[in-house]
Amino acid sequence: MSDNKKKWFSLDLGNKRKETTACGCGNAEGTCNSKQNTFGEERHKDGFDQVFDVQMGRRTAFKKLTAGLMIGAGAISTSCSLVAGDETKEKAQIDWEEQFKGNYKLMTDDEKKATIDRLTRSYQLRTGKTINMSAKNAEENVLFGYAFNISKCQGYMDCVNACVEENNQDRKSQMQYIRIHEMKDGKGFNFNEADDNYYHEVPAEGHFYMGTQCFHCDNPPCVEVCPVEATWREDDGLVVIDYDWCVGCRYCMAACPYDGRRFNWSKPEVPENEVNKNQHYLGNRLRKKGVMEKCTFCVQRSRAGKNPACVEACPTGARIFGNLLDPNSTIRWVLENKKVFRLKEDLGTEPKFWYFMD
Amino acid sequence: MRRLRVFGSLVKDSLDIITHGSKKYHLWMASLTLVMLIGMYCYSIQLEQGLSATGMTDRVSWGLYISNFTFLVGVAAAAVMLVMPTYVLKDIDFKQAVLIGEGIAVAALVMCLAFVIADMGGPSVLWHMIPGIGVFNFPNSMLTWDVLVLNGYLFLNVTIPFYILFRHYQGKKSKSSVYVPGALLSVFWAVAIHLVTAFLYQGLQARPFWNNALLGPRFLASAFAAGPALIILVLAIIRTYTAFKIKDKTLKKIAMVVTVAAQINLIMLASELFKEFYAPTHHSESAYYLFFGLEGKTALLPWIWTAIGLNVLATVILTFHKLRNNFRVLFFACLILFVAIWIEKGFGLIIPGFIPGPYGKIAEYTPTGIEIGVTLGIWALGAFIFTILAKTAIKIETGVLRYKGK
Repeated sequence: MSDNKKKWFSLDLGNKRKETTACGCGNAEGTCNSKQNTFGEERHKDGFDQVFDVQMGRRTAFKKLTAGLMIGAGAISTSCSLVAGDETKEKAQIDWEEQFKGNYKLMTDDEKKATIDRLTRSYQLRTGKTINMSAKNAEENVLFGYAFNISKCQGYMDCVNACVEENNQDRKSQMQYIRIHEMKDGKGFNFNEADDNYYHEVPAEGHFYMGTQCFHCDNPPCVEVCPVEATWREDDGLVVIDYDWCVGCRYCMAACPYDGRRFNWSKPEVPENEVNKNQHYLGNRLRKKGVMEKCTFCVQRSRAGKNPACVEACPTGARIFGNLLDPNSTIRWVLENKKVFRLKEDLGTEPKFWYFMD
Repeated sequence: MRRLRVFGSLVKDSLDIITHGSKKYHLWMASLTLVMLIGMYCYSIQLEQGLSATGMTDRVSWGLYISNFTFLVGVAAAAVMLVMPTYVLKDIDFKQAVLIGEGIAVAALVMCLAFVIADMGGPSVLWHMIPGIGVFNFPNSMLTWDVLVLNGYLFLNVTIPFYILFRHYQGKKSKSSVYVPGALLSVFWAVAIHLVTAFLYQGLQARPFWNNALLGPRFLASAFAAGPALIILVLAIIRTYTAFKIKDKTLKKIAMVVTVAAQINLIMLASELFKEFYAPTHHSESAYYLFFGLEGKTALLPWIWTAIGLNVLATVILTFHKLRNNFRVLFFACLILFVAIWIEKGFGLIIPGFIPGPYGKIAEYTPTGIEIGVTLGIWALGAFIFTILAKTAIKIETGVLRYKGK
């Protein structure tokens, strides 16, 4: 935990100029080294190295013993098999290394690349198809934010469908990150009486619509409670999950006040021809059973300079996405010129998702 | 070297003891084994299918497993109510019972850990959670605190009785200078495991039903009622079926502990009900769901009202000396109190935390057969472990089992 960094974004942009630059010291160019210190020396290490190469003398014996065991078992499982072909061996080797790799949050760029290569190769070996997986890190001076125009949303759910397709969500359980709540006119924001699972023609007479998803809180309760740091807030404000590090305890789900998280209760299924092959490690790559997932503001798109799929799909223009640190962005214009509000602000979670009306 | 030899002999002797016994004993162990095997089969299905084999969903994401885990932490913590008087206050009336109490604590803790593992989506990557090898989010995550305190308490409750029994096995007296510091530590530790487990829920601003300062204290009160109640029942059974002598006085003293705790628990329940229903807010909806149902969804109603009825009845019975001192009535009161708190501190606490959901969605939860099978299997595992521990301990304490070396 670094203290020199403002922990969350505040709405009052004028007064908080200093904190809203990427670095707490105010120098945009990162001359103060504070960034490198964020994760300490663990930054350079991967997998067991994250643990075993830390300077702690007493663990030396333990290290050698366990590492030796792992290597031995790995060698047995891969190379001693006489019947297995080269591809099977390679697959086993990849599975083995993937099983015992470290937490993505603590990996160096080289290690990130290594795991990406393994995952791409593994997919190729299994399906014969090539995917394009990115490990692009957060850019400096970027803080993503989202605004939702309640006046414009008509409840068409195009955003939901685009999201499912873009993010390779499980088709069998019909997992959806976005929920559109249909509310009655004249009742205010009464979520209790709202319907988030409607099957009729929209816009329905006398109703208005409001979408919810992960709000990418700047002070996210889900991150605090994770026992293994499998979920964290990236420097550009995205709250992400390392699907391979998650142990599936679902504590984050209980801690989220916004119903932003989803769990893979079964093995997720996406028909091969529908798989979006343009992926990001922290985003829409294929998940496995027993892990959490959630909206990432389409990290594979947003870090490539595009809008998330929901924003692009919205036919009414109710969804606005952009960089909160860019004074010329639309999102900044909305925040400065509209009467915006956020949900459950009293909980102190500081969502980066604002609602407004025309 | 000598110690190792004694230890080897102890293991051999206790193996001998736990594999021999009356017909009833064998029947008991066989049926426990059967239930455990069924539980393992159910768990294998759950591993294969994923947690969709359970009744849990994105709306209610914790169910029977976490409920039982929460309750059993309380049972484990209750051993302290016997440990403190015996080792620290030197009350000899508890001396006979304390080893049994610690045996229950060990069994309860093993069950707790089993329930947590059964609830995990990825048990194969559980090593991510081991401090030193994985990444341990300490002190931020209350779950890591819980891992530490539960395992620490398990360690204390294994080592202290083991030391005492090991000495007695060799016909020596146990040195109080060795075990009293440990016992003293375990007193605080017992409070800690339960408070930390309460904080696990209490710290979530997303769930107003749990986010309540009374949750921790009420956990303690109900634990000190349900745990000793179970100990009374177990002692009654042991007294009937073995040569182990437990004086009436001991049972009466433990009954006193149960009584006070049950009374405090009721006072706290009244305080909670008053807060939720005198001036109901948006945050009282979960309590409304639990006690009266919401929008026609009433799955928990029969359970919670049974629990409250049993709770009040048991507390009333226990409060009157005449009734409490009649052992038949006492055992009945202990049984219904145990069941009542199992409902109330188990799924009566966990499930309403998720209903209504963050946006008011009311989706109910019903456990599946698989889930119930795994749960029963874990309970059988606990009973199995306890039986083994208690049988050895009783044989050593009654002087039947002694080191015959040299």
